[in-house]
Amino acid sequence: MSLLDYFRTSKTSSASLAKERLQILVAYERSSTNQPPYLPQLQQELLIVIQKYVNVNCDAMTIKLEQNDNQETLELNIVLPDFRRV
Amino acid sequence: MARIIVVTSGKGGVGKTTTSAAISMGLAKKGHKTVVIDFDVGLRNLDLIMGCERRVVYDIINVINEEASLNQALIKDKNCNLLSILPASQTRNKDALTQEGVGKILEELSKEFKYIVCDSPAGIEQGAHLAMYFADDAFIVTNPEVSSVRDSDRILGLLSSKSQRAEKNEEPIKEYLILTRYAPERVKSGEMLSLDDVQDILSLDLLGVIPESKSVLTASNSGNPVILDEKSDAGQAYGDIVARYLGETRPHRFIEGKKGLFRKLFGGG
Ligand SMILES: Nc1ncnc2c1ncn2[C@@H]1O[C@H](COP(=O)(O)OP(=O)(O)OP(=O)(O)O)[C@@H](O)[C@H]1O
Ligand SMILES: [Mg+2]
Repeated sequence: MSLLDYFRTSKTSSASLAKERLQILVAYERSSTNQPPYLPQLQQELLIVIQKYVNVNCDAMTIKLEQNDNQETLELNIVLPDFRRV
Repeated sequence: MARIIVVTSGKGGVGKTTTSAAISMGLAKKGHKTVVIDFDVGLRNLDLIMGCERRVVYDIINVINEEASLNQALIKDKNCNLLSILPASQTRNKDALTQEGVGKILEELSKEFKYIVCDSPAGIEQGAHLAMYFADDAFIVTNPEVSSVRDSDRILGLLSSKSQRAEKNEEPIKEYLILTRYAPERVKSGEMLSLDDVQDILSLDLLGVIPESKSVLTASNSGNPVILDEKSDAGQAYGDIVARYLGETRPHRFIEGKKGLFRKLFGGG
């Protein structure tokens, strides 16, 4: 680190903030653009069915479609409420 | 067989037309028969940058609609006889471009030219889609700026899903990065994303970095692609890019910027 750098990089630069925001956004957009357009609708309808039986929150469910070389898998993740028997 | 290059970015105003003009001229100057096509129907500008605006008679839409032959529409460049320009239409809209029409034109041009450079319009609509659809190589023009990097990433997604090569399951389009309007001083002071920052996100094959340069405006004022200004930094940077694309190895320049007296004395950079 040179003398000049010492005076220059005192606070977090705006470029590093830009990079951080970009990394998060791009990662999110990459995962969502590869998904088929029907996925949000599917998630909505599944949730309604599940809610008939279990009392789950709308944000308790994540849905993910993954493609490997020779197969596609639909991954459904539902966090059940912490229920106790009475 | 011709090689089809698309110059694309998603975002507008980042330097696609400047780049298309420079590299097509560079390829032709290196002895390769080259044609550059303006896909920006309704907002043509390549003719101005190439300095042939007063010689435009027919355009790509006339050729697609069979109102003119391809040879009638092609304009021979005034500086280099190995270079031709196919202008866009100024009066129609982008929907006048059809996949079939563009495919036919590219097929015919492939017989005669070694390189076909497609100057894409901004956005991801029909014009941009068709400019990239038939490509073999993609030059992604990016500015060190958040919205440009994001749009470049979006374009990369389209190249790998909505192109002919993707649809036919052929070898994917080869993607290269051209980082332009780069200001090393602003990168050093932490105001501008650095080449490494951009590459951490896009990780592409780097063709070169073009510095922010006054010579680009001077070149467009006179209608001569900036690569012809061999004394200018931007002209030299484009020269390097063409050489690298053709397989030469050249060290990257214009990333560090010049050292001022102050910095020479106190170190850094
Ligand atoms: N390296 C550079 N240094 C300075 N100015 C530049 C540089 N590259 C491009 N410009 C300027 O940026 C502006 C936009 O350039 P250009 O027309 O090539 O962009 P574009 O991506 O083709 O735009 P559009 O999306 O509208 O087609 C022009 O005014 C041009 O002179
Ligand atoms: Mg343009």
